[in-house]
This record gives sequence, structure tokens and C-alpha cells, in this order.
Amino acid sequence: MVTNVTNLMSFVKSKLIRNQSIKKIGRTSIASSAGDKLFDIVIHFALVIVVLIVLLPLLYVLSASFSTPTALREGRVWIFPVEPTLMAYEAIFRDPSILRGFYNSAFYMIVGTVINLTMTVLAAYPLSRKQFFIRNYVMGIFTFTMLFSGGLIPLYLLVMDLGLLNTRWAMWLPTALSVWNVIITRTFYMITIPDELYESTMIDGCSDFRFLLSIVLPLSGPIMAVMALFYGIAHWNTFFNALIFLSSDDLFPLQLVLRNILILHQFDAAVIVDFDALMRRMGLMELLRYAVIVVATVPMLCIFPFVQRYFIKGVMIGALKG
Amino acid sequence: MSGNNHIYDKIQKGALENDGKHLIPRKKQNALFLNLMRHWQLYLIMLLPITYIVVFHYIPMYGVQLAFRRFNPMLGITGSPWAGFHFFDQFFRSPSSREVIWNTVEISIYSIIAGFPIPIILAIAINEVKNSFFKKSVQMITYAPFFISTVVMVGMLLQLLAARTGLIGRVISMVVGQEVHLMNDPALFQDIFVWSGIWQGAGIGAVIYLAALASVNPELQEAAILDGASKIQRIWNVDIQCIRPTIMMLLILSIAGIMNVGFERVFLMQNPLNLSESEVISTFVYKVGLVSANFSFATAVGLFNSVVNCILLVSLNYILKRAGEVSLW
Repeated sequence: MVTNVTNLMSFVKSKLIRNQSIKKIGRTSIASSAGDKLFDIVIHFALVIVVLIVLLPLLYVLSASFSTPTALREGRVWIFPVEPTLMAYEAIFRDPSILRGFYNSAFYMIVGTVINLTMTVLAAYPLSRKQFFIRNYVMGIFTFTMLFSGGLIPLYLLVMDLGLLNTRWAMWLPTALSVWNVIITRTFYMITIPDELYESTMIDGCSDFRFLLSIVLPLSGPIMAVMALFYGIAHWNTFFNALIFLSSDDLFPLQLVLRNILILHQFDAAVIVDFDALMRRMGLMELLRYAVIVVATVPMLCIFPFVQRYFIKGVMIGALKG
Repeated sequence: MSGNNHIYDKIQKGALENDGKHLIPRKKQNALFLNLMRHWQLYLIMLLPITYIVVFHYIPMYGVQLAFRRFNPMLGITGSPWAGFHFFDQFFRSPSSREVIWNTVEISIYSIIAGFPIPIILAIAINEVKNSFFKKSVQMITYAPFFISTVVMVGMLLQLLAARTGLIGRVISMVVGQEVHLMNDPALFQDIFVWSGIWQGAGIGAVIYLAALASVNPELQEAAILDGASKIQRIWNVDIQCIRPTIMMLLILSIAGIMNVGFERVFLMQNPLNLSESEVISTFVYKVGLVSANFSFATAVGLFNSVVNCILLVSLNYILKRAGEVSLW
């Protein structure tokens, strides 16, 4: 079984390596033409430009957030911080709404992801078993929801009727399951858990519950990491559900707080009172917004190098099914 | 486990009584019943997810009848009086309908034409790089923006485009020679929307093509090299042809989503000055429905959107299946 899982994972890798080695042989045995060399140079040059296009805006935001409001207003900040200061960050961490937003978002993300994972396994496991006679009908019922939906208003009225408006449940229940993720997980189970294994355990008197708990779950590690990542990011980034379902400030997730600051330009004035009015006029607000962007982005960009390979794995299993 | 055996015995007996010889009866009804008896646990496991799907997906679908009723909060969805196609009429006659539909289609087509080829080109370029450190770095950096949330992304865009303090705003203001407020110009809204979307999504979009390129049979490449094909010829005749099914599949998906412009980003990028170019169906539904509490009208507009989408997807899939390309199902 374990070899089966690793086989799947190393499959694409081995293809990559094989591909590269062939190319190397090609390069050494037949001299590449001048045209090919020029093409290589153009490609590398273009990729460097692409990298700069992605990095420069990020670098500017970072530098601006550490500069003084005066330098920013006078347009002296280009790539590196001018007159480095932590002024903006001090102001941000004095704002209770941002800290509360962080707390709420973390809460929504953790509980939400646990609910999502449970539901996804519960749906994907029976759907991956041939012994589940009605699985094609159930798949039909699931996939139809990806084709057609009732739309915003009926969902809103439903959530209202269920009494979930302005409760934390509104952030968890309507998004308890993603059909697309169920399909990916089901594909993974169908590839990694062969029917022979299921049949032999059944002959040994293993029940479906037991099989799920002692065989499927221990083998689900890789796919669970992928799913936790997909769902976790979705929870962390969601703002629309919060916008329509929540109305009291103390339930707002970070994204909604950020929207008020960054897009509606509302910032708790009490935070700025400590600085003199002159500073405010000189663009502290502007500076604060840069710092807010950094504070909101850094946690994500810090974990991203460690989790991105799971992400790619998920995209690839999704493509397998197609 | 003994309980399980007990049930199993019972089924066996039942089957034997019915059929004489066979353990598994041939009749389909019985097969389903036996399956239910033997694997009742699978059905039980499925109960929770299916309840979720019915409650949060199928009940709202049933609620779509609101589009044909004059909603009265006292009477509820099913109790409100019928209104026929009144709200659809109202939508198609209103001057805003043409603008909203047109904006939606325009933004989507622009996004597809500009945004669809770029991840493919990026993937091919990355695939050609041999230095693995450079290759990995380019990949990592290009898909980092994907991890920035929509709200922060739009916030960042507003900051960068600001005429006096933003990087892009300042450069453009210097070139033009006066302060330009890019976000307030309706004519620029769609360009900004589409290209910022590409900035954020091209890297992650390339991942799937890179995976497809990695599975191109190296023997084909080798044969092409021996035949003296140049790199460009190899890319065109080997790589692109091999990943063609992937390209077609993703193309169907993006064309099918033509009426589903990313609501969150449009909504966040809107301001009263650029509304003439930035109001799309989904933001219109939100404003009419939840902000002005015109539930029936908004449901009708939303239903129109869903139906168009559904028809597009099904018919595109049909055409491509006929043409012998790929099919989603």
C-alpha cells in the first residue's frame, strides 16, 4: 500500500527527471544551433523580466511601509525604504479591530477546516467504493451543483431561515463541503486503495466503518494535507460570506476589517490621535495602509514555500480526473 | 463483527429462499436492497454529506421559484403570490440591463483572450529552462501572488495606482506630466482588472501545464531532435500538441465561466466613478438584492445568469465532444 502511494507521488517526478536526462543527451550529442542558443537567451531574459514584474510591486509595498510618511508623500521611496521607521506598525498593533480580525480569522479557519476535512472524507470514501451501488447517482447529485446553483438570494434567505445570520455558524455551514475537492479526494482513493485490499479485509470480517478508520484514514495523509491547504486558504481569504452574513464588528474576520481599512478607507481615528494632526496630514494614513498590507500578507507568504508542493500535488490530482 | 456476520447470514438465507441456488439474486431491486443490508454503513457515512448538499445546494435551487413570485417576507418563498415573468421583463427593459450584461461579457472575453495563453507561454518557457535552481525560483516567485487574498490584492492595487504615493501611479503621472487617478477612469477599469488578475494568477495557472509538459513522452522529443527540429519547432510540434487536451479542457472551463466574472475582485475594485464599466451581473444582483432588499428581482437576474452559464457549458462540451477533442463528462 505504502509503495502505491509513493508510486503515485514519484510518478511525475520520474517523468521530469527522465525528460531532463534525454534533453541532456540531446544537447551533448548534437550541437545546438545558433538559433536555439538565441532562443534560450530570449527565454531566460523574458523570465527574469517576469520575475521582476512580480517582485517589484511587492518590494515597493514593503519598503513604503517602513519609510516615513514625509518621504512617501514627497515621492522619494522607490525600491528601498527611506528613513526607516516602525511608526506605522506601532499604530497598527494598537488597533484592536485588526487583532480581533486575526483572532476571528484563525478561529474560522481552524474549525472550518476540521469540518471540511471530516465532510470531505465522509463523502469521498463511499463514492470511491464500487460496493456502494448508488454511487453514480450520488455523484450526479453532487456534480449537478457545480453546473447550476440557486444563486445568492435563495441562499441568503435559507441562512436567514435557519437562524444562522450573524453567528459564527454562517461562516462554517454554507461552505462545509466543496464538491470539487470531494472529486479530487475520491480520485485519490480510487488510485491508492485497490479493490483487492477492500475485498480481503471484508473477507476477514472488517466492517465499512473499521475499514475507513483503520485503512483509509492512515493512507489519507498526503491528500488530507492538500485538502487542509485548499480549504484553509479559502477560509482565510473569504470575505464575501462574512460581508453578507455577519453584521456585528466582533465577529468580523480579518479580510473584512482589511476591506474597511484598505478599500473603504476607514481607520479607527483613536489610533492616530497619539500622533499630532500634522503627521496625519502628511500621509500617515497612506503609510498605515501599506503596513496593513504587509501585516496581512506576511503570514501567508511565510508558510507558502513550505506548503506549495502540497498545493501543486492537489492541482495535479485534480487534473488526473479532468 | 459478529453483528455483521449475523446480517450476512440473514442475507444469504433470504437470497437462497428467493432464488434457490444463487447467493446474489439477479433482480436489480433485490440487489439494491441486499447492497443496502450488507453495506448499510456506507450509506450511513454518506448521510451527512448528502444532507449538506440537499440543504445548502438543492433547497436554494428550489428557492429559485422566488424569481417568479412577488416576495413577501410574511408569506415566505412558497407562499408569496405568483408574478410570472414580471421580474425578467423588468430587468430586460431597464436601461441598466444592457450595460450590466455587456460589461460582464466584455470583461470575461477580455480576461480569456489576454489571460488564457499567458500561463501556457509561461509554462513552456519555464519548461525550457535547464538550470534547476533558476527554474524553481521562477516558479516559486511567479505563483507567490496567488497566496495574497483578494482583499489585500485589491488594497495593494489601489495603493500602487495612487497618483502621488503609488509606484505605478507615480511613474504614469511622470510620463503623462500631470496627476492621473487611474482607478477613477472608467475607460481603464477593464485593463486594470484583467492585467492585475494575470499578475496574480498566471503563475498558479502555469502549474497544471507544467505537469502536463512533464508527462510529454521524451521519445517524441528525442525523435524530433534527431530529425533536426529547432527548439521552436519542437515546442510547437511536440509540446503544444501533447498538452492540447489539457489546454482544451481548461478552455472549456474558462469559456463556460464567461458569465461568472470573479465577483469579489470586481466588487472591491468598484467605485462610484468607474461604475459605468465595472458593474457586472453578480455585483448588480448583490446590490439590488441584499442592499436594496429587492429579493425577487435579484433572484430573477441571478437565475438568468445561472441558466446562461449552464447552457454555455453543456453546449460547448457537446460541440467539443463531437469534434473529437475532449469532454468534461
